Amino acid sequence: MNAQDALVEYLLRLGDNALILGHRLSEWCGHSPALEEDLALSNVALDLIGQTQLWLNLAGEVEGRGRDADKLAYLRDARDFRNVLLVEQPNGDFAATMARQFYFDAWHYLLLHGLTGSTDPRIAEIAAKGLKEVTYHLERSQEWVLRLGDGTEESHRRMQSAVDDLWMYTGELFEGDEVDQVMVRDGIGPDPATLHEPWLGLVRATIEEATLTLPQPGWAQKGGKRGIHSEHLGYILADLQFLQRAYPNATW
Amino acid sequence: MIDSLTRPDPDQIRDWLGDVPDPEVPAVSVMDLGIVRDVQWQDSELVVAITPTYSGCPATSVIAFEIEAALRARGIDRLRIERRLSPPWTTDWITQEGRRRLEAYGIAPPAESAGGPSPFDRFLRKPLTIACPRCRSENTDRVSEFGSTPCKAQYRCRDCLEPFDYFKCI
Ligand SMILES: [Zn+2]
Repeated sequence: MNAQDALVEYLLRLGDNALILGHRLSEWCGHSPALEEDLALSNVALDLIGQTQLWLNLAGEVEGRGRDADKLAYLRDARDFRNVLLVEQPNGDFAATMARQFYFDAWHYLLLHGLTGSTDPRIAEIAAKGLKEVTYHLERSQEWVLRLGDGTEESHRRMQSAVDDLWMYTGELFEGDEVDQVMVRDGIGPDPATLHEPWLGLVRATIEEATLTLPQPGWAQKGGKRGIHSEHLGYILADLQFLQRAYPNATW
Repeated sequence: MIDSLTRPDPDQIRDWLGDVPDPEVPAVSVMDLGIVRDVQWQDSELVVAITPTYSGCPATSVIAFEIEAALRARGIDRLRIERRLSPPWTTDWITQEGRRRLEAYGIAPPAESAGGPSPFDRFLRKPLTIACPRCRSENTDRVSEFGSTPCKAQYRCRDCLEPFDYFKCI
């Protein structure tokens, strides 16, 4: 794989993770358990969509085929999406949404932190911008894991099943492939495997503090990075892309 | 038409931009917030560099539009707004005047300098003491990490009982 193709792939992964999770969070808008949470989830979604624009515009620029963030978001099919499986998992209850967010935020924080030292200055500056935002996301999702885990019997039970059910989607975050090898070789991005130890450290400490039980290592579900998705992504895209598919080039 | 003899100098232009309000917090100007990073003439074209507060800040394009409109009204017809991402915006760039205006408007200004320890360095952050912009009481509670916009958190005052926004450090 040549360096340019690998970079486009890598940028699509960064952009698609933010896009799909941002979209998932936006589904809570108007449905959250409290007004404050409605605002918070929408604001986190907004940060992620903002980051999506930066990553996907850069992906399009590097690709050089005239595609911008909008074209990439609205006009690709499920097999062309490069997000990890974790972010496309359904919102479930509030505990599932916050557990998914916590797993993702802790990893996202470490990844962006690594990318601020990228040899590609365009990547380093987007990462530095996003890192400030993600610091707040992580603080908040961590607080919710603690609050629900160490809460009532009901909230504890729900948070425990959420961290258990989503656990199998976390393995993919740390698995490198050919694209990652090129990024490491060129000093563009960190080796995903190196993020695992600090990630697990924070997750373990938080889960224990929350009086929850850390799930056992087990089989990891993966494929998103290569475009092999769960059926959920198709439904997300049907919602996300409907307008542009039904009314091509519509603007407002 | 502005030529090199009559064109206003960048300090004058900064002054004018001090009258352009932020679309989401109109009590402060784009200069107060530190969004305008550079103002300079490149030959006969004026280049104004701005930076977004947050990646997804929907106000950024409105701000670019407002700046352009304000400067055109001053007779500057050749101008370009440049977007800059780096160095990333920080609340440390909010001016003293900006902080004062935020507070007078009912928004508590950022309490500490940005760039504190990462969530990985300290397991649980120490809660900040945020004074109520209305009655100055420090007996306040954080309601949510996010308020009406990503740049604000929601607090409530336990003395005067009013809810208020806090402009959080970033
Ligand atoms: Zn008060």
